[in-house]
Amino acid sequence: MESSPPADAPPPRLELRGITKRFPGCLANDHVNLVLQGGEIHALLGENGAGKSTLVKMIYGVLHPDSGSLLWQGQEVRVPDPAGARRLGIGMVFQHFSLFDTLTVTENIALGLDNPGPMAALANRIRTVSERYGLALDPDRHVFHLSVGERQRVEIVRCLLQDPKLLIMDEPTSVLTPQEATKLFETLRRLAAEGCTILYISHKLEEIRALCSRATVLRGGRVVGACDPRQETARGLAEMMIGSELSTPERPPQGATGAARLSVRNLSTSSDNPFATNLKEVTFEVRAGEILGIAGVAGNGQAELMAALSGEALIADPAAVRIEGVPSGHLGPRARRALGLAFVPEERLGRGTVPELSLSDNALLSGYASETLVTGGMVRFAKARAYAETIIKGFNVVTHGHKAEARSLSGGNLQKFIIGREILQRPKLLIVGQPTWGVDAGAAAAIHQALIGLARSGAAVLVISQDLDELFVLSDRISVLFHGRLSDSRPTHETSVERIGLLMGGLFATPPDEDGEIARAL
Amino acid sequence: MSAELSLIGPILAAMLAAATPLLFAALGELVVEKSGVLNLGVEGMMLVGAVCGFAVTVKTGSAPMGLLAAATAGAATAALFGLLTLGLLANQVATGLALTLFGVGLSALIGQAFVGIPLKGLPKLNIPGLTDLPVIGQALFGQDLLVYLAILAVPLVHLFLYRTRAGLVLRAVGENHAAAHALGYKVIRIRFLAVLFGGAMSGLGGAFLSMDYTPMWAENMTAGRGWIALALVVFATWKPLRVMLGAWLFGGVTIAQLHVQGLGVGVPSQLLSMLPYLATVLVLVLISRDVARTRLNAPACLGKLFHPDA
Repeated sequence: MESSPPADAPPPRLELRGITKRFPGCLANDHVNLVLQGGEIHALLGENGAGKSTLVKMIYGVLHPDSGSLLWQGQEVRVPDPAGARRLGIGMVFQHFSLFDTLTVTENIALGLDNPGPMAALANRIRTVSERYGLALDPDRHVFHLSVGERQRVEIVRCLLQDPKLLIMDEPTSVLTPQEATKLFETLRRLAAEGCTILYISHKLEEIRALCSRATVLRGGRVVGACDPRQETARGLAEMMIGSELSTPERPPQGATGAARLSVRNLSTSSDNPFATNLKEVTFEVRAGEILGIAGVAGNGQAELMAALSGEALIADPAAVRIEGVPSGHLGPRARRALGLAFVPEERLGRGTVPELSLSDNALLSGYASETLVTGGMVRFAKARAYAETIIKGFNVVTHGHKAEARSLSGGNLQKFIIGREILQRPKLLIVGQPTWGVDAGAAAAIHQALIGLARSGAAVLVISQDLDELFVLSDRISVLFHGRLSDSRPTHETSVERIGLLMGGLFATPPDEDGEIARAL
Repeated sequence: MSAELSLIGPILAAMLAAATPLLFAALGELVVEKSGVLNLGVEGMMLVGAVCGFAVTVKTGSAPMGLLAAATAGAATAALFGLLTLGLLANQVATGLALTLFGVGLSALIGQAFVGIPLKGLPKLNIPGLTDLPVIGQALFGQDLLVYLAILAVPLVHLFLYRTRAGLVLRAVGENHAAAHALGYKVIRIRFLAVLFGGAMSGLGGAFLSMDYTPMWAENMTAGRGWIALALVVFATWKPLRVMLGAWLFGGVTIAQLHVQGLGVGVPSQLLSMLPYLATVLVLVLISRDVARTRLNAPACLGKLFHPDA
């Protein structure tokens, strides 16, 4: 791959000049310049809210710039809508897949093409392209049957069928196992070698260092730097993104673990919902003073496990879930909280907080009992406000005060608030789903530090996450959830990202012979 | 021929007729709901269609003009709904309920001058030989155009939804409007067109009542059929063929209970009049027991507001 074009090179594939986009109350892109050459893999880096998504949406015609110009192969163009972008030869794979669950793969792909032709012929073209790039896909299956990795393949094949000259990938590996990600990189390198330009958005810096030959860094809607990521360290890139020094969480050695705070025995669920994953005989325990990490690609039962543990879904067998030794499968969330459980759901707006309510009201919602914010049925608002302010100060939540609506906070700040709200209630057991999903590096480090601190002070912590790097930073032991089954746990220092990655792909059919299984697979 | 057997022919014929207004309204609403919009104003649109079809037929003496007026009036009422919910993002449930109330009032106002005027009804098909066949002759070959049109609409709607690109796009919009928008489909426009189609079909269903089934105008003459049509769509799990079966069941029980009333059975007539509604809901609930199947067919974005910038 060429990192810089020769002097007599043809015009760049795409050039952005002074692109500016303003939303009510925020300048999302401020005079952004960007040059993409033919056949390069170019990284677009930045924190959440740095303006990456806004920028690529303008390239793809979903949004329109307020000012600035866009040059496609040297010609100034306007991209009126996504169909216009596709006509130019621009394809995009979205972070949140733009797929339709109840339609088949072929139907989904037909929707993204301007001239799909007859369905049977299209199905054949899908087979041809998916074989050529090693992206196995069955055109006749319904999307809701597919794994997340397969869904992404649908999106990629959809783009490839249009022979794109520029492929935009928005956080493509956030939902993939490490092995799936490696396969994706092979496909992308092959595409680039064939002359397709790839604009790669990610905040996974190691990935970018392995894959990309150039990087443009955005911060606060402006381009703050460009570099060759292969020449930089991940830490250096991260500091460019956040514009200040990055702190890594300190991790004091683990002391002796205490009694089992949470023990789950043969927990199985069944659901009428065809999109749900049933849990199958899940068994594990979390002891005082330790952090257990549960890895796994989304959709393998994480949502169901979270619901069963928090009390959102009740379990027929009370003894399947024991909190502090008390059978609690039949108890609702309030009764479980009374036993010392606290939990932080994956979904921040809607489950973790009520988006339209103020921070102090949201603090009240989970803290009213343990912080005695309610007496005799009356709310003690002054105390609730003070509690919210304590959280805001203690966890460096950037906001204009306890009156701010929950939805007005950025993802990272809201997550710091929610985790602070739960930790300050001194839980004996904390369950966290995706603690730093979509959270920027600075806030993520603070959240990790808080969770480690809580465990070292004697609480039991369970972290359910798709982010392996995070689990390796946090956990004392790691298990993997796959198709509703949970693998045996292993001490983190005795395992590796590769091994866990294989388990995430389902290679633990015979738990006692796990190593042999992996050895054979390798 | 025995007396019992001679009854079957007319009952069958009357059943198809009784099912026709439901079929029109429910098929229209099915398309609307597949696009992700919940329009609860079916009853109101049917009434507006019924009175406009009747009035124009009386004034012009032309039934085709009447039908055209009914479809247009239904679509116009639906356009009001579309404007409020799709354009101004009003709540669909509240707006739909208001649309029904609005339709009841508006149709009564327009219909004031037309109460008590008789109308001839639409001409019936008559194929010598076939129409005279015993038992099935009248039912199959002696109906009027609208009955056939309603039945023909079932495979047409099915083919449109599941075999054409436009139908695929419509289902996609109802399934995931954000994704459809990201792919560049005009969510609002597609939904608006679906809402107009639903309105026109409801209008035709209403006009069938006032111009043919009971060729006269009376306030509130749809008598809850709009609500039954709504229920049909949900319980039929958004499948055109099942909508037709549900409509026939409703029509069949309606006619059967009339005959039972005529025989003077010692059951209060009010109870018998409840029977078609009860039977339809009961059977359709049984059919739709399969939760998984219902979820697969239900448009995931049903009733959710969509704003392109959100």
